[in-house]
Amino acid sequence: MTAVIRFIDVVKKFGHQTILDHVNVEFLKGKTTVIAGGSGQGKSVSLKLILRLMEPDSGKILVDGVDISRLSRKDLDEVRAKFGVLFQGSALLDSMTVWENIALPLRERTRAKKDELISRVDKALAQFGLSGHGDKFPAQLSGGMKKRVGLARATILNPDIVLFDEPTTGLDPQIAMDIYRLFFKTQQEFGYTSIIVSHDIPKVFNLADQVVILNDGKMTLFERPENIQHSTDPLIMKFVEQTMGDVYTSSEEL
Amino acid sequence: MIVRAIERLGATTSYHVSDLGRMAAFLGYTIIGCLRTPFRFGELVRQIRLIGVNSTPLILFIGLFTGMVLGLQGYYTLRKVGMEGTLGMLVSLSLIRELGPVLTALMVTGRAGSAMCAELGIMRNSEQFDALECMAIDPFRYLISPKFLATIIAMPILTIFFDLVGIFGGYLSGVVLLGVNPGAYMDGIVVKVLNEDINLGLYKSFSFALLVVWICTGRGYFVQQIKGAGFGAEGVSRVTTQAVVYTSIAVLLWNYLITAVFI
Ligand SMILES: Nc1ncnc2c1ncn2[C@@H]1O[C@H](COP(=O)(O)OP(=O)(O)OP(=O)(O)O)[C@@H](O)[C@H]1O
Ligand SMILES: [Mg+2]
Repeated sequence: MTAVIRFIDVVKKFGHQTILDHVNVEFLKGKTTVIAGGSGQGKSVSLKLILRLMEPDSGKILVDGVDISRLSRKDLDEVRAKFGVLFQGSALLDSMTVWENIALPLRERTRAKKDELISRVDKALAQFGLSGHGDKFPAQLSGGMKKRVGLARATILNPDIVLFDEPTTGLDPQIAMDIYRLFFKTQQEFGYTSIIVSHDIPKVFNLADQVVILNDGKMTLFERPENIQHSTDPLIMKFVEQTMGDVYTSSEEL
Repeated sequence: MIVRAIERLGATTSYHVSDLGRMAAFLGYTIIGCLRTPFRFGELVRQIRLIGVNSTPLILFIGLFTGMVLGLQGYYTLRKVGMEGTLGMLVSLSLIRELGPVLTALMVTGRAGSAMCAELGIMRNSEQFDALECMAIDPFRYLISPKFLATIIAMPILTIFFDLVGIFGGYLSGVVLLGVNPGAYMDGIVVKVLNEDINLGLYKSFSFALLVVWICTGRGYFVQQIKGAGFGAEGVSRVTTQAVVYTSIAVLLWNYLITAVFI
């Protein structure tokens, strides 16, 4: 199995606080990995390291075998173009409407003609339940709607790799379910690699291919989600106990 | 004790040096951003509207009253030496060489510069720049360079408005109110204002525009790197205040310098 993203001995500190402590982990091609961990453990920081929005203090991060720390601006843009990213706070551009936000990657990164642009953006709006809200500005949206706009923007170019930072936090369970359903459907269709960050263990947990638990600067990889329950690491046992409520949703239910 | 003082001095110095380096690089990227394609013409027009057109009423108001008060004060002073006839020259030269460019720059700083700084600071804090970078969109070409060009285009035009309306204000006070000979007033402008006066005014106004937009956008862009600014909304508000103060100081110092050189 080929790794799309590899952390090699990555250390990240802020002042005296060590966020990642010699982390080695691989994210597999075409698979869904959930990164779970408590608040403030460094999940969002890990995503930013993958995108080189932050730099590690030591260690390397490879994307498709390329060490991203050495890339020129142009090559870095090329690597970044492989990603579709949902930020934790959505990071929509305030000065643009919902419609323009979703259209932005299409406008800037492709030569899509006006008709195609309109049809693709309208389709994305419909997919994420945003039809009729295209003319609103981000400040006029609820938190959950912003998330959905962010998801629509992140996926509009059918990226190779998606990074979703807490995609369903703040959404009601029904919509969260709809989004996961859409997500797994499109993943099967396009076969992208996905990394989903979550501060607890999401309901659709067992549909992930692998799970990484981030705790105290260490990432622990579980080949199968259900293996977490059998972990004997006290920290992980505690985390599981605290966050696993009615976790198990079966594929049929979804 | 002494060692610690030296350490602190070193840290402060190195902070200011790296701050200056950052700002210089920022200016470089902004200028490169102006040359990169596709150029966002629509955004440039929108920014000219925001910075230029929307500031026009304020500039006209301030220009008019500055000219009017110059007319009054000038008349009072000139009458002491029996030279009321030169009021037109006094008003127009003061405005064109000095007050027009400086006051316009200060007004644009307060009105548009602070807004640009706060906008970019908020964008930084809400990760909008990160989002642009992830989409492989250059934030300079996309956002900052249009603001840069728009300010450099709009400010000299605003300055010209300021000067014209100010000269008219001086006319109102001097000629209409206080009875200075209208022919003498106009003559003082037409004969005594030289090309080099106008050029100096325009040159000042261009260079002030550069200072205003550079400092204001740069401070907003680097909101998270500025020492002692704090974080979040507080950081943005402190940095915005700081940008207005720095810009005003820079404009006044630079103004003195060029005036001294060209006098
Ligand atoms: N720019 C920064 N400067 C200093 N410290 C930072 C910075 N960004 C993050 N941190 C610190 O790094 C730690 C990890 O932050 P991160 O945002 O990755 O947490 P998280 O795991 O995503 O948490 P949550 O689930 O609450 O989003 C936190 O303690 C935070 O204070
Ligand atoms: Mg986070």
